[in-house]
Amino acid sequence: MKRSHWSIPYVVFMAIFVVLPLVLVMVYAFQDGTGHFTLANITRFFTDADALTTFAVSLEIAIENTLICILLGYPAAWILANKDLNRSAITIILFIMPMWINALMRTLATAEIFNMLGIRLGKGTLLFGMVYDYLPFMIYPIYNVLAKMDKSYQEAAQDLGATPWKVFWKVTVPLSMPGVWSGVLMVFMPTVSTFAISEFLTNNKIKLFGTIIQENINSSMWNYGAALAFFMLIIIGITTLFTGDQKEAEEALI
Amino acid sequence: MKRFLAKTYIWILLILLYTPLILIAVFSFTESKVLGSWTGFSTRLYENLFTGRIQGSATLLSAVENTLLIALVSAAVAMLLGTVAAIGIFNLQGRKRRVVSFLNNIPMINPDVITGVSLFLLFIFLHFSQGYLTVILAHISFGTPYVVLSVLPKLQQMNPNVYEAALDLGATPVQALRKVLIPQLRPGMVSGFILAFTMSLDDFAVTFFTRGTIGLETLSTYIYADARKGGLTPELRALMTLIFLIILILLIVINVRQAKMNKDKE
Repeated sequence: MKRSHWSIPYVVFMAIFVVLPLVLVMVYAFQDGTGHFTLANITRFFTDADALTTFAVSLEIAIENTLICILLGYPAAWILANKDLNRSAITIILFIMPMWINALMRTLATAEIFNMLGIRLGKGTLLFGMVYDYLPFMIYPIYNVLAKMDKSYQEAAQDLGATPWKVFWKVTVPLSMPGVWSGVLMVFMPTVSTFAISEFLTNNKIKLFGTIIQENINSSMWNYGAALAFFMLIIIGITTLFTGDQKEAEEALI
Repeated sequence: MKRFLAKTYIWILLILLYTPLILIAVFSFTESKVLGSWTGFSTRLYENLFTGRIQGSATLLSAVENTLLIALVSAAVAMLLGTVAAIGIFNLQGRKRRVVSFLNNIPMINPDVITGVSLFLLFIFLHFSQGYLTVILAHISFGTPYVVLSVLPKLQQMNPNVYEAALDLGATPVQALRKVLIPQLRPGMVSGFILAFTMSLDDFAVTFFTRGTIGLETLSTYIYADARKGGLTPELRALMTLIFLIILILLIVINVRQAKMNKDKE
């Protein structure tokens, strides 16, 4: 037996548990309750003011959250990866650790803090809580890439007369883009689709796209729910095209 | 000056990140129903947790058990499936390899809700009744890609001739696998297992859609239901504090050991 055949069990498993489910999302999206072909679910989405607003709000919040995470996370990752500024491994552990604590529990505690401080739950608190939840997922991949980076590129640029500022923008940043992209993947998509977190942080005032998918599925409106999931899949497709070289982005994760 | 600014920035971020967690820990030592009102020091919440005497929710402990059981089983299966798959993928070439790698990436890119809904539709379509088995299958499907991606680099680092050499010297394929291949892949397998395990522990959405209606609760679904009922069970604060401490200690131990190993090597 050839050793390449060892991948067969996993390929079969993925065909059943990864590919077929996604095909079913598309099939259900274009069917009515009795299993006949229809475009009704799709047209319903475009005439459903509620769903359209939710869609727009989700995208807006996801984009804002991702940008804030990059702005806050990149400097942090850069400092952590810089041996002159940070020598202890403990600070790195401290940044990664919240990822291991149940996200729902962290979110509830954040919402509790807002209640304690008398801040009304709404869009501001949602964004704040999202940054809380996802910042470590932005810092970690960027840190990984920066820490593994070959320092000789920066030294070469310096030797050839570039200012530290120039070295940073022309060498360090471009080389660390795979980390940024994998951070974007880990922050943007989950924010659009999250459902429990937005409910807790806004007291059900703001719905994100994940919530309406869940509501439809839970009230047995599978076909419309599948149609909404289908739109989500389209966004994923667009985002992954945007994030360019997949392979590098994923290698930054491990 | 630069050092000072950098340190201050890092510490401000850390304090912000940890405020909610510290708040939970502080209020795990008081009996009040809501977070934020201090009604005197008490270890009652911890006692209740260990004696299982939790008001109106006997399911909390079983939720913890379910969470651990599901995470262990799914991560173990993912480790086996993913390691074998990685060896296969490593020996694939060209288009085939690209296709399989692409498939392997899908569960990692897919948001939880899509994974959950799509698997929900699958089990409906196959008339598969949902419960432990479906949750575990779902967790294997999103955990295995992490194992594959952790093991592949180890295969790249390995000398490909070692395995063949073992065979030439008379080892059976099983012996060569056990004595030569697996020891070299072990670090990748372990980190893959840990990743799959933590993904499973932290999962909420996929479990939510694939657990069916048999009343199966994991920690996440329990917390979700609890919070929607209004007000968290106070004992959860004690539980979260304990989990937090266990993880902190584990991470420090692993790190200290690694640092020591690196020193020994030098």
